[in-house]
Amino acid sequence: MLEVRGLHAEVNGVEILKGVDLSVGVDETHAIMGPNGSGKSTLAYVLAGRPGYEVTAGSVTFDGEDLLALPAEERARRGLFLSFQHPVEIPGVRMDHFLRAGYNELRKSAGEEQLDPLKFDRLIRSKAKAVEMEPTMTKRAVNEGFSGGEKKRNEVLQMAVLEPRLRILDEIDSGLDVDALREVARGITDLSVPGTSTILVTHYDRILSYLEPDHVHVLIDGRIARSGGRALAKEIEERGYDWLEAGAGV
Amino acid sequence: MTNRTVQELAEQSYKYGWTTEVEEESAPPGLSEEIVRWISERKGEPEWLLEWRLKAFRHFMRLLGDAQLPTWANVSHPPIDFQRIRYYAAPKPKLELESLDQVDAEILKTYEKLGIPLEEQKRLAGVAVDAIFDSVSVMTTAKETLAKYGVIFSSVSEAVKEHPELVKKYLGSVVPHSDNFYATLNSAVFSDGSFVYIPPGVRCPLELSTYFRINAEGSGQFERTLIIADKGSYVSYLEGCSAPMRDENQLHAAVVELVALDDAEIKYSTIQNWYPGDDNGKGGIYNFVTKRGKCAGDRSRISWTQVETGSAITWKYPSVLLQGDHSTGEFYSVALAKGRQQADTGTKMTHIGKNTSSRIISKGISAGHGNNTYRGLVKVMPKAEGAVNFTQCDSLLIGDQCGAHTVPYIEVQNRSASVEHEASTTKVSEDQLFYCQQRGLAREDAQSVIVNGFVRDVVKRLPLEFAVEADRLLEVNLEGTVG
Repeated sequence: MLEVRGLHAEVNGVEILKGVDLSVGVDETHAIMGPNGSGKSTLAYVLAGRPGYEVTAGSVTFDGEDLLALPAEERARRGLFLSFQHPVEIPGVRMDHFLRAGYNELRKSAGEEQLDPLKFDRLIRSKAKAVEMEPTMTKRAVNEGFSGGEKKRNEVLQMAVLEPRLRILDEIDSGLDVDALREVARGITDLSVPGTSTILVTHYDRILSYLEPDHVHVLIDGRIARSGGRALAKEIEERGYDWLEAGAGV
Repeated sequence: MTNRTVQELAEQSYKYGWTTEVEEESAPPGLSEEIVRWISERKGEPEWLLEWRLKAFRHFMRLLGDAQLPTWANVSHPPIDFQRIRYYAAPKPKLELESLDQVDAEILKTYEKLGIPLEEQKRLAGVAVDAIFDSVSVMTTAKETLAKYGVIFSSVSEAVKEHPELVKKYLGSVVPHSDNFYATLNSAVFSDGSFVYIPPGVRCPLELSTYFRINAEGSGQFERTLIIADKGSYVSYLEGCSAPMRDENQLHAAVVELVALDDAEIKYSTIQNWYPGDDNGKGGIYNFVTKRGKCAGDRSRISWTQVETGSAITWKYPSVLLQGDHSTGEFYSVALAKGRQQADTGTKMTHIGKNTSSRIISKGISAGHGNNTYRGLVKVMPKAEGAVNFTQCDSLLIGDQCGAHTVPYIEVQNRSASVEHEASTTKVSEDQLFYCQQRGLAREDAQSVIVNGFVRDVVKRLPLEFAVEADRLLEVNLEGTVG
């Protein structure tokens, strides 16, 4: 589904990604782990097409299509979803209005009929229920005054409505207490319909005990220093990243 | 220069920049006692009104002679040559209309093109319209319906003839002829405008609306609007405006006076979309307007809501005199300055009676090289026991060449007053744009969504049809500004 080859990227002239290779198949879950500043979030942003994140070498294809040639919204319309580490506040814009606009863009792009406000209201209500979110939250301004946990749950709600095929979850576990983490993780699992692939960007092992990854990659200084299975994550939880950093010559 | 070439120079985003081919009768350029007399005679005015005009004219000439032009606003423009302006222009023939058949077909088409059809079967439901074309009112709709309720809605010229006692009593009672430079000019040469009177206890069944259109070249528009809400009545009034694209600056110096008696409420909304000039600052309307309401009665309420997207320069401070006890004044504003536009706008809330309250919400948007200033005065007089004010001024910046300024003045002369002021300045951030894009919105649409959210608190106070129009105007005006 997603093929990343020799990806180099820089932000403000500083090279952050220094040759990333990654291959994500249909129905697979990949965890990207790594210490702070290793380039995890940059990788997520580059895949999602954030302006200002410049690719200097390498390629990324999504279902065989050159992803890097597309602006961010076109990537979203093809089924790529990024859950933000720090979801952004948009004062005065109601969540349900915002999401309906995005949803209808996706439908339009897929050649499907757009939903009127009434039908969309039914959809968002059922999805809110599914991710255990108060439906009244969707009448509030996008992320404005939301707690850390509410923001993350709101990301899961948007994912539930937009039904992406590739989900990139950037530190979905940060700022969540144990109970909230369990609920968010369950939401993500419940949404994993066949044909969905997931890239989990995380610093810690703890969310991986809920969302069993098929592959674990450790990103050190802009390169994947090691790949393995679930055991690799456990080993990092016990030993930290130092031993891998030493191996990567950092 | 012909209109066409100017149109090519100007930005494509201004959709109302065409002219109507109609034969007009106009005064020769220049300001003199003769011109003032000519305008008054043209309108068949009574002697007292001519005297009032002449008093204003003499005062204006003194101000002009002493070079007492207002210079305190944060705007700049070359000096205005008041002798080059035409103070009166009207489509021929002189219109004394009994029915729509007598309105020039070209003018009907003009309003239809502007989205304000005047023909009965096409009119917006629930709205009565006074259509003002250059210096005259060409048509007022739904008069019969309103008459059933005793509501008077007509042009000022007509009101002078049919209800002279009301006009004489209230004209200049809120904005006197000597109030300020441009109000004085208006008092001398005002041509037309709308007149509204709501009798005691009547809730006006329709939205009243005036659409101002400047068409003639070289002319200014000097309309005068007077709204009186008698005891316990209610009225919602809305004005819209547009003008052709020209590379000369045209002056629009209006005066609006509102009077609310005991327990009366006036809601006054403006969607201002005068031609703003091109991206290099050539052409556009100078919108120098004096708007003031008097809460004369106890428990009366006046609320100004404005969406200002047009004009090269906007200089405008819709204000409220809170004279009656327990009266309330409100000001909700969205002002956009893009390209080379300059906006210096705000309000004055003068607390005079006891337990009066005022609320100010101002949202300024600056883009391109636009310069936006909020200027407001909250004044609490010595006898205004228990006055309460809340002010919130938010500025939104798009790009890094624009400016936003907030100049709040607070004068409190009574210790029991509570005055609150909040201000914020934010930028449309890359984070917000990218977040929207990631959910499937194109970058331009993302910016519209963010701007619409920023102005929501103000726009939601407009009647529904006009709220939609305001959102659309902001969107069109901000096309091409996204980074």
